[in-house]
Amino acid sequence: MILENIRLALLTMKANKTRAFLTMLGIIIGIMSIITIVVIGDALTDSVSGNFDALGKNNITISVRERGTSGSAMMANFPGRRSQNAKTPETDDLLTDQMIADMRGAFGEDVAGVSMSYSGGEAQARDGARYANVAVSGVNADYQGANNITMLAGSFIAQRDLDSKGNVAVVSDKFVKNMFPGGGSPIGKEVKVYRSDRIEIYTIIGEYESSDAFAGTASERDETTAFYIPLTTAKQDVLEKNFASITVIGAEDGDVQEITERLERFFANYYLGNKDWQVNVSNLSSILDTVTSILGVIQLAFALIGGISLLVGGIGVMNIMVVSVTERTREIGTRKALGALNGQIQLQFVTEAVIITAIGGVLGTLLGVSLGAIAAKVLGAPLSVSPLTILGSVGFSAAIGVGFGLYPANKAAKLDPIEALRYE
Amino acid sequence: MVIELKGIVKKYFIGKPNELSVLKGMTLGIEAGSFVSIVGQSGSGKSTLMNILGALDRPTEGEYLLDGVAVAQLQDDELSQIRNQKIGFVFQTFNLIPRISALANVELPLFYKGAGRRERRERAMELLRLVGMEDRMEHQPNELSGGQKQRVAIARSLANNPSIVLADEPTGALDTETGNMVMDIFRRIHREERRTIVLITHNEELAKQTDRIITIRDGQIVGDQSTGNKAATPVPPTASPVSPTAAPASCLLSPPSSPASCLLPPPSYQGVRL
Repeated sequence: MILENIRLALLTMKANKTRAFLTMLGIIIGIMSIITIVVIGDALTDSVSGNFDALGKNNITISVRERGTSGSAMMANFPGRRSQNAKTPETDDLLTDQMIADMRGAFGEDVAGVSMSYSGGEAQARDGARYANVAVSGVNADYQGANNITMLAGSFIAQRDLDSKGNVAVVSDKFVKNMFPGGGSPIGKEVKVYRSDRIEIYTIIGEYESSDAFAGTASERDETTAFYIPLTTAKQDVLEKNFASITVIGAEDGDVQEITERLERFFANYYLGNKDWQVNVSNLSSILDTVTSILGVIQLAFALIGGISLLVGGIGVMNIMVVSVTERTREIGTRKALGALNGQIQLQFVTEAVIITAIGGVLGTLLGVSLGAIAAKVLGAPLSVSPLTILGSVGFSAAIGVGFGLYPANKAAKLDPIEALRYE
Repeated sequence: MVIELKGIVKKYFIGKPNELSVLKGMTLGIEAGSFVSIVGQSGSGKSTLMNILGALDRPTEGEYLLDGVAVAQLQDDELSQIRNQKIGFVFQTFNLIPRISALANVELPLFYKGAGRRERRERAMELLRLVGMEDRMEHQPNELSGGQKQRVAIARSLANNPSIVLADEPTGALDTETGNMVMDIFRRIHREERRTIVLITHNEELAKQTDRIITIRDGQIVGDQSTGNKAATPVPPTASPVSPTAAPASCLLSPPSSPASCLLPPPSYQGVRL
């Protein structure tokens, strides 16, 4: 029965090709726009979460912030970027080595490492006409793991460098390109670093691959890259030995959210009596959730606009089906005279509407995925199309066929056979 | 009696000032296997009577027994089933479904009955052979002449072995020669298969070719006469099925698995141009 109706619907469509196509067009455009938006949105979300993963999904940032403010803990993570307008915490308000040691004791295996850094400000390395802009950053050994730093040559700052408080540095590939354009290994070479008040000489012990995830707008020649030195060396001349912010690396197989909550309770204890300062404990997944949900809302808004065009397409289908029923009144009368039940007539016209919208849905999906793929390529985001999106949209367009085909089909089913047979 | 009408009344605009009685208490019986014409001028109530006989409409009052089934007060879908299985329609304007083949048109009543694909096809081919349309089974209606269309329509009317074939001015849209050919087919299926055929027409010449003429005027039967044609029919209704001049009557009433030989026109009709 269904198969016969499908065959008949296809025959009817074949007889009215232009009309069928124009009717389909509304559905094609509607489905296409929704699919494009979903594909682009998914690609953007994947791209953003990819960038966040690169920063470390197991990282938990613990930072001191003023009570009653909502300062982002993220900011403390980047060397050289510090909030300017906040008041400065006193030594007693900051995180101490003792707290960190107690925490490591209390959490044991759940904490894979604690990354600490101290920003030494901007500086410039010079050698004759050659120069490279750097942001000096004192770090400990765990900093590498927390920030996914990939070494190209040599090694990262190690515990022995921290112990010896040596003038050693790990520089970026861009730094090497600027300072040693002739090639050859930079390891073991010495560089002069001009800081605001003094000149220092560092021996290069490692070269890392700079990430483009947060690259600035400066040209490659002038780009500022991080210049990692031992944390102890950086803090040598600084009175303040405590930390405003540290990054705890959760165990690889641990539940980051659970560890985050425990860390929050653990550090909150130290700040119970502090009127002005408190700790903020956050992980990237909560930030990622926020970003993803914002993207989701934007995606939904655009998809709604696509949905409206789909609605208009559906009304177009209904319109054409009403015309078709009127045109074929005599045929309907004949079918009834031959013994068609009202339900069989209804099914015939609903099938016709569903065929039109389902074919429109398939074409719209193909176009939407193609457009999405192009857009994803332009945006440089990875393309991912879930089969659920495709099945969902084809299914949804078929459902539109049922929804908007029902009214004309009922109209056809309810025709009086005598009137219908007499219709000219 | 395959058709029994008792006191059939049809009124329109009931209870309104312009209430109209189209049929004013009609009582009529039609025997199985007869070829009857209902004659009347336009406005006589002929079409209304046909709609009631065809189970397309319900009478306001009265009883209608079709093949023993009380039809008068059935619901829409029950009427559809009666039309599907007990009535074969032949219309003045052929009413073939456009865009589908002659074969598919003949298959339609079988389709609505729920017959399987194979059964439909075999039965439809059998019927198209009966009306001499076996060469044009795959043609669409717009590729057929008027006479050819009406032959397909006649084949379609026989699809479910109906109790009656209801032909409403079947030659009205055809020229005289083609009209005669269509009448020949009706006479043949009447004689060979003993079908009950009810011909509705305003054409008295046509009516004279049937066995019995029922004349209606102003919603009442004003004449009912036998034409005497019946006596001239070579095969009486009680004829033995082994009659040498005609195919056994059981052939087309039997399932489609009946031997192909009984579907061929008998020798005496091979000369008739179909």
